[in-house]
Amino acid sequence: MTVPLSAVSTAAQPPAVLAPGHIMAITSGKGGVGKTFVSANLAAALARAGRKVLVLDADLGLANLDVVLNLFPKITLHDVFTGKSTLADAVLPAPGGFHVLLAGSGMVEYSRMTPEVRDQLQKVIAEVAPKFDHILLDTGAGISDVVLYTVSLAGEVLLVVTPEPTSMTDAYATLKVLAHTQGRRKLHLLVNQTRKPGEGRAVRQQLQQVVDRYVNPNLDSPVRLELLGDVPSDPAVRESVLRRQLLLEALPGTPAAVALVAVASRLLAN
Amino acid sequence: MDRPKTPRARPERTLQFDRALQLLSQSGHPPPAGEPGSVAWQQAMVDALVDLSSRDALTGLANRRAFELAVAREVDRVARSGEPALLLTLDIDHFKRVNDTHGHAAGDQVIRAVGNALVDSVRPMDLVARVGGEEFAIILPNCASTFGQTVAERMRRRVERMPVALVPSNQQIMVTVSVGGAFAPQWVRSTPALWQERADQQLYLAKAQGRNLVRLEPTAVSVVSNEEKRLLFDSFQLQDHE
Repeated sequence: MTVPLSAVSTAAQPPAVLAPGHIMAITSGKGGVGKTFVSANLAAALARAGRKVLVLDADLGLANLDVVLNLFPKITLHDVFTGKSTLADAVLPAPGGFHVLLAGSGMVEYSRMTPEVRDQLQKVIAEVAPKFDHILLDTGAGISDVVLYTVSLAGEVLLVVTPEPTSMTDAYATLKVLAHTQGRRKLHLLVNQTRKPGEGRAVRQQLQQVVDRYVNPNLDSPVRLELLGDVPSDPAVRESVLRRQLLLEALPGTPAAVALVAVASRLLAN
Repeated sequence: MDRPKTPRARPERTLQFDRALQLLSQSGHPPPAGEPGSVAWQQAMVDALVDLSSRDALTGLANRRAFELAVAREVDRVARSGEPALLLTLDIDHFKRVNDTHGHAAGDQVIRAVGNALVDSVRPMDLVARVGGEEFAIILPNCASTFGQTVAERMRRRVERMPVALVPSNQQIMVTVSVGGAFAPQWVRSTPALWQERADQQLYLAKAQGRNLVRLEPTAVSVVSNEEKRLLFDSFQLQDHE
């Protein structure tokens, strides 16, 4: 991250302990592009590589990481926020060898970023940060203040996009906002549901071209999109989701599973 | 606090209003209404003094003290309501030249004229303050980011086109202002100091880039224009159909 454009980001700048890149926000702008699916399976792939991984369901209003993982959590972030439970008790082991902090759906009161929610979230992340090698923040869809704030707590950002105009437009809008408000200059890109080899590269190039033309001229230093990988469109994905199992566990060796493992190793090599 | 029914001889137990009344009359405030010494009268007196100490003597605008309070309130309000708010800081260009050429009395007249022009170009809900010698600050609550530039430009142009008639020399002079501005961060609590610093940074830029300019901190624009969309997927779609 370069010097922030504005103090918006200075104010949102988390304490030093949160700054390192081991906290990665996974965001997309558009919903339904596979954010939660990617978060869970990427976490499993990183865990397989021997890393301690935590996925935090930061879609506070409409969380569904529990659904993807077939978990029925008794303790959620809500209990931590309200003081009913300790944070240690809310960090749950998930299938796939990683840990999760679940929001629990319908936390309507947290769908707006009040100073209270912000302070709670920052406290929670500061507390878990030193205990894991990787923390993935699975954000909600959109560019709401909750999403923006959650992303501001992460050192790295992974944009999940599908090769469709709607998804690309929303990803572009998201990265524009992140570049301006948080001084983000490097964003990882994962292209999900690609239909042919090289489509990820094409999507990245397309986005980068528009960024170079319309965003970068107004910035002190240019925004760069880095392709972390493609995940091909694969019927196995739908099957694993319907089975409510991790793709990496239920159907390893399928093209999408192999691609996700490759994304994880690229992330580790970075 | 009623006046004691039987006034004591010891002077320190008696409230002294003479100087306060003098100050109010000197500043053009009407004397407090009501029966002198009554609670209502004393309250009116306190209110008038509060008003007096919140205003800048030269321009009648909010002074720095009142401004600091208002900024803190606005930061808090934005963090809770999420409504955008704009803070502008504004400085008369080459003001020293006015003072050096025409004298300090003329300088005062210029400051007053600029202050009036600013008040005339904002909404009643906006707060215009004189925060330093030739420095002003304006808080615009609930100001959409797309209007920020327009409002600030309006102020700059208004001053640019306004001849200031100096008394008694009857000379007319023109001045310009530089304007810097920043929106309050909506999704995270900021501090009044940070917000002002960001607006000041932009003012500094406006000065450095030649004065008589408006510089607002770039805001997050999530709108994707048609041109951007076209470039984003037109050629992409073509490629797809090949």
